[in-house]
Amino acid sequence: MPATTLSKTAAHDPRVFDLDQSSLRELNQALHNLAPGSNETAWEVLNPKGSHSVAVGVDQPVAIDVRGSVGYYCGGMNSGSTITVHGSAGPGVGENMMSGSITIKGDASQYAGATGKGGLLVIEGNASSRCGISMKGIDIVVHGNIGHMSAFMAQSGNLVVLGDAGDALGDSIYEARLFVRGKVDSLGADCIAKEMRAEHLELLQGLLDRAGVTGVKPSEFKRYGSARTLYNFNIDNADAY
Amino acid sequence: MCGIVGLFLKDKSLEPQLGAMLSQMLISLSDRGPDSAGIAIYGAPSKNEAKITIQSAKPDRDFRGLEAELAKAIGTPVTIAVKSTHAVVRTTPAKIDEARETIQALRPDIRIMGAGDVVEIYKEVGLPEAVVDRFDVRKMTGTHGIGHTRMATESAVTTMGAHPFSTGADQCLVHNGSLSNHNNVRRELIREGMTFETENDTEVAAAYLSSQMAHGKNLGEALEGTLSDLDGFFTFVVGTKNGFGVVRDPIACKPAVMAETDQYVAFGSEYRALTKLPGIDNARVWEPEPATVYFWEH
Repeated sequence: MPATTLSKTAAHDPRVFDLDQSSLRELNQALHNLAPGSNETAWEVLNPKGSHSVAVGVDQPVAIDVRGSVGYYCGGMNSGSTITVHGSAGPGVGENMMSGSITIKGDASQYAGATGKGGLLVIEGNASSRCGISMKGIDIVVHGNIGHMSAFMAQSGNLVVLGDAGDALGDSIYEARLFVRGKVDSLGADCIAKEMRAEHLELLQGLLDRAGVTGVKPSEFKRYGSARTLYNFNIDNADAY
Repeated sequence: MCGIVGLFLKDKSLEPQLGAMLSQMLISLSDRGPDSAGIAIYGAPSKNEAKITIQSAKPDRDFRGLEAELAKAIGTPVTIAVKSTHAVVRTTPAKIDEARETIQALRPDIRIMGAGDVVEIYKEVGLPEAVVDRFDVRKMTGTHGIGHTRMATESAVTTMGAHPFSTGADQCLVHNGSLSNHNNVRRELIREGMTFETENDTEVAAAYLSSQMAHGKNLGEALEGTLSDLDGFFTFVVGTKNGFGVVRDPIACKPAVMAETDQYVAFGSEYRALTKLPGIDNARVWEPEPATVYFWEH
């Protein structure tokens, strides 16, 4: 078979990294070595077995399928790639994501999407505590429930929860929008329920569509956001300090 | 950081592998804590003997001749099996408290790691693999066990500062986190008559549970009490003679993953610790909820 045919085939088959055979550093270095316009657009990671930092810092629009569960910080700082974890994710999945998308087929541990600036994080199972903490523009869609202190100090972006939210949702929130379909155990300081206007229904429908959610209507959700009472120091509270 | 593991077997056919399984789980978390490591194994009960695990920095000096001296002093046969810096003293259950006091009188430098009908505790400074090898933990059989690899925060890196901490018969505890009210709680427990070997915060948590259980609470009720009486960060994994429990503080920033199958219940600080367990791909895997007590008993 001529060499040209071989390389052409390789461009369409996913490049497979078995983490039982190669190191995590080799995988991440290979992903970081991708040049703009590379033909290696499909990647598959086998046997992650809870490894930390799988596919962190990818900055090319490639698709990465991770077959199994990952540990801390999977897809952190992602910029443009499409990562699918066919398993569950440890703490800090998609931390500081810039763009692209990450889908977790299972559950996510604490602080999923923390400080994310852009892109879409979809968790098809449940997320635990501090989901979307300090989010700065990322969109997060959780099919299940989220834990306590989620969206703490969330600055912008959207957090959509099809299930329930734990205690202190949106504590000290700035301008992020929170949409919860189920019950909220309690709202954090300065987080309040807000009116769902036409523009929010439209925004939410777009997020549900992007996350592949069907059979759920935007009108089933409640919107929560900042009461904006913490933006400026209130002199009447001076005695509290 | 710190890494903690626990394994509670439901399937008796796995008991010969308990030491090997728990060792592998702990070694997989070595990078969570390189300072010291320890393991507690709950072996098969015997009607005729109870055990004390002892430790010495100078085992050649302290363990030599101790068997005969101790047997003579308490008037009962005693066996001592030495494993590196540790040794397991076996004698009749009725004499176990006397044996403990006598050991400390005969050899003041010996430290008691723990005592009970079934538990053996091994802990030393060093990486989990070195500690496991030193005490031949992989060959140990048992019904359940807990382990810890430590990144020290609250007290010095010493053998006695390593986990598990044992403060009551067949009771021990490993901890990821740090407690902020341990000095107050220690003072209260001392007033009750509890004794402490270290300045360590985790020893206070262990003694708190021992005290609660001594007052008639079961493991679950004692763990429930930690949520109101202990302040700080904690994920605790606790072993008793026939039980195994887990609790996380309400903030729950210390990581925890559990897995359950028909064969076992397993705990790891991270999923990495569970990946080599049999049937893990089909296990129920979940993150224990904050401020929620989980416990199992045989």
